Amino acid sequence: MSTRVLSLEKIKMAMTTEDIYAKLLPIVKAYLPEDVDENDIKPDSDLTGELNINSAHLVDIVLDVEDAFDVEFANEDMESLRTMNDAITIIQKKIA
Amino acid sequence: MSTRVVITGLGVVAPNGVGIAEFTEAIKNGKSGIRFFPELKDLNFSCHIGGIPIISEEKKREYFTELQLRNFNSNGILYGVMAGMDALNDAGIQAAKKDEDALYDFGIIFGAGTSSPEKFRESIHKIDAGNTRRLGSNSVLQVMASGVSAYLGGMIGAGNMVTTNSSACATGTEAIILGYERIASGKAKQMLCGSTSDDGPYIWGGFDAIRVMNYKSNANPKNASRPMSASAAGFVPGSGAGALLLESLESAQERGAKIYAEVLGGSINSGGQRNEGSMTAANHTAVQNCIKNALADANIQASEIDYINGHLTATTKDSVEIQNWCEALNRKGKDFPYINSLKGLTGHCLTASGSIEVVATILQLQNNFIFPNINCDDLDTRITNMISSEKIPQKKIEVPLKTVVKASFGFGDVNACVIFRKN
Repeated sequence: MSTRVLSLEKIKMAMTTEDIYAKLLPIVKAYLPEDVDENDIKPDSDLTGELNINSAHLVDIVLDVEDAFDVEFANEDMESLRTMNDAITIIQKKIA
Repeated sequence: MSTRVVITGLGVVAPNGVGIAEFTEAIKNGKSGIRFFPELKDLNFSCHIGGIPIISEEKKREYFTELQLRNFNSNGILYGVMAGMDALNDAGIQAAKKDEDALYDFGIIFGAGTSSPEKFRESIHKIDAGNTRRLGSNSVLQVMASGVSAYLGGMIGAGNMVTTNSSACATGTEAIILGYERIASGKAKQMLCGSTSDDGPYIWGGFDAIRVMNYKSNANPKNASRPMSASAAGFVPGSGAGALLLESLESAQERGAKIYAEVLGGSINSGGQRNEGSMTAANHTAVQNCIKNALADANIQASEIDYINGHLTATTKDSVEIQNWCEALNRKGKDFPYINSLKGLTGHCLTASGSIEVVATILQLQNNFIFPNINCDDLDTRITNMISSEKIPQKKIEVPLKTVVKASFGFGDVNACVIFRKN
């Protein structure tokens, strides 16, 4: 195994749930409706149901997440995406 | 008797002025919005000039949220929203609050020729590369023909008819007549009517290919668009949007709204691409019928017309349009109304031309002036053989105006003519 792959693995391994959450937060924040405060974002808040994010924008959130984490979501992943925690679970699975 | 319809709000995004104040100054002073675009030259266009409104990033944010501007790539929707929201504000009408009912008596007819070709291009590249999944959420919203009316509908909370009409260069004038008819028939109380046009190579390329754009004045952009001139050599492409808030007289009076003018009547028809008519040329009888039918609909005599805002695109066919006006109104020489064309200042704003030019028409009617028809120091003698040259002001003149007419003609042999009166 080359050193480059090793170091990449290390970075991915080193990403804690907190790290992922911190990277995810600004992505989701950009799609909040104007009348929803960013402090309302909690790990288990429903993105469309509670945070009122337009369901069409889930697609954009996924694209931004794919760019940020260098992963690709399958259609099934998108179906299971409801909350921040869901996103973290999916991302963890992809980078593991 | 049908409901009377008045204009209570105006909005405009034009190559020579953005917003009513700037646009009014521009037309009074004969300011041109035609510029050289190196991009057109680099793409081997024959015509390298055009009219594109100048809009800063800050200005965009007065109308759109950061979220709305994410992956937004549509000048047509940008111009349409700006003009439409300006007309709404000018009329003093509030958008519905988010958790309130929609405005069920408020509708939108906002025309477009095509929507967001730049966004479409972006999508096409992704699709062809097998990356359809990466198009994002707003490709459809921008590329659908009704994108502009859908954006406006959501921002305002319009609950009546919300649609986009399309009839080439007659689109803007047609939108106003359709909105007028909807209010007159009692189906709506307020209608935001207008039209928008995207710009750039993907809109203008087809016109360049058929050599109807002026390719002889690339070095002199401001002198290139020459309506009614002997040296008219084709139109100069333009873009932008114009918007009018139409309202029943009763509704306007109840609100104590400022009233610019009344829409007295209008007419829309087609020449069926018969006789002289074709996909690209007008059937003269149909044009004249359209004008005569508008007079009849408005219930006025041709002698009452003080001013004509012509279609007059600055091609060699301008004289044919003048002939049609002369025959339809049965007026000529010194008896002919004042006439001018905005296209000398803005270029031909295509689907937006009708609405931008109606805004210019109403501003002249309101303020009793006629803007200079620039670049026609060498008037076409075929035109001056029919009407007196003093009826084509080359400098701004101040003159009382009461009843004015605007007509637009489009590819597909379609016509629209509307009459306004200041009471």
